[in-house]
Amino acid sequence: MSAVISVENVTMMYGERVIQRDITFSIEKGSICVIMGGSGCGKSTLLRHLIGLQPPSSGSIRYNGKDLWGASEKERAQIMRTFGVLYQKGALWSSRTLAENVAFPLQEYTELGAHHIADIVSAKLALVGLAGFEGYYPSEISGGMQKRAALARAMALDPEILFFDEPSAGLDPVSSRRLDDLILELRDSLGATIVIVTHELASIFAIGTDGIYLDAETKTLRARGNPRELMETCKDPVIQQFLRRGDSDVSNGRPA
Amino acid sequence: MRDLLEIVQQVGPQALGIVTLIGLLVGLILAYIGAIQLEQFGAQLYVANLVGIAMAREMGGIMVGVILAGRTGAAFAAQLGSMQVNEEIDALRTLGVAPVDSLVIPRMLALIVMIPLLCVYALVAGVLGGVLVSVGTLGISLRLYYEQTILSVGINDVWVGVAKSILFGILIALCGCYHGIRCGRSASAVGEATTKAVVSGIVCIVVADAICAILCDLVGI
Repeated sequence: MSAVISVENVTMMYGERVIQRDITFSIEKGSICVIMGGSGCGKSTLLRHLIGLQPPSSGSIRYNGKDLWGASEKERAQIMRTFGVLYQKGALWSSRTLAENVAFPLQEYTELGAHHIADIVSAKLALVGLAGFEGYYPSEISGGMQKRAALARAMALDPEILFFDEPSAGLDPVSSRRLDDLILELRDSLGATIVIVTHELASIFAIGTDGIYLDAETKTLRARGNPRELMETCKDPVIQQFLRRGDSDVSNGRPA
Repeated sequence: MRDLLEIVQQVGPQALGIVTLIGLLVGLILAYIGAIQLEQFGAQLYVANLVGIAMAREMGGIMVGVILAGRTGAAFAAQLGSMQVNEEIDALRTLGVAPVDSLVIPRMLALIVMIPLLCVYALVAGVLGGVLVSVGTLGISLRLYYEQTILSVGINDVWVGVAKSILFGILIALCGCYHGIRCGRSASAVGEATTKAVVSGIVCIVVADAICAILCDLVGI
């Protein structure tokens, strides 16, 4: 196992306010890492740093040893091409059809002909259960379908790493479950590394193999490890409270 | 490329109706103002000079600029703003596509191409407005009005107007796209961005026009 992403001494600020101080962790190849934490702890900001939208105020983020923010613009674009992002609201381009959305990265970065691209697009859409929806516009399909279509777009270039920002936000429990299954399938079939920002406990336990917990109060990385093991073994009352929806207070020895 | 054509369609052909109406009415208003003053000297014929030169040099460009600031500048800000709210611009950036290349440049090109055409079109509409007043109420023949217009409006007047309209087009696109891309991440932010785009667009046009008027005077065109 080797670290695909390593985050070293990253400090995040929002204007003058420090959100997280001096975070260091790494994500192993093939793992499903869940970035957990309550509201305002900096999960989404960390994601923006990771996917190259906004530089952290200090520290470095390395992909396979290459520094994302220390690299030139061109090198950074190259690193960014190795990962796909599923945004919270899907972020499909609303003026394009689903097929055009999925085809866009392929048109930008490959030399493939139109026929070949159309084949790949159909295959990717079929993979997320949207075969036959190529000609639809994002506004004509449901929220769950938009997310799955966005996932097809994120996978268009067969990325090594997939980032998910709150994948279950705005989905009903069944759709949310289906998306989780899809994420597992993808990890197994593509061998991709997956990073998920979420506070959805069901998802965290269902798919997470690794995780970090960012604490808003102490502004530090408070715990890391497999979420299920954390729930069993971690003594930190804050973590226990988060993972058990506030039901248990281990320090007082009350049962879960 | 397809985006560019869609924007051209939105900027140009779809604006023809309102440009016709406003151009015609501004020509008509100018003609009435001129007619009242010039009649005192028996120089009604010079209404043609007034309407022609004013439409060519100033009013054509300004009116088209104001219309497009309201129509197109606002649309640009709202489109880019809602793309920002929806994370669509982030999605472009993580794919390594600079929003300026793929969103701003086509919009600016569309305006640069279409606004001179609309400006000339507004000039024609304005002159027609002048014709309506002159032929209808001042008893000037159509042929005489036509000859007087040709005689008085120099090609330089038209060029100055067209050149300024291109400048206005660039300013409108910049204001619209700037406020759209800088839009905050909420629905109300889109409204604010749109308002700012229109207000700053119109202010920029008028300031630029004033500067051009001073420069033209200095250069003597």
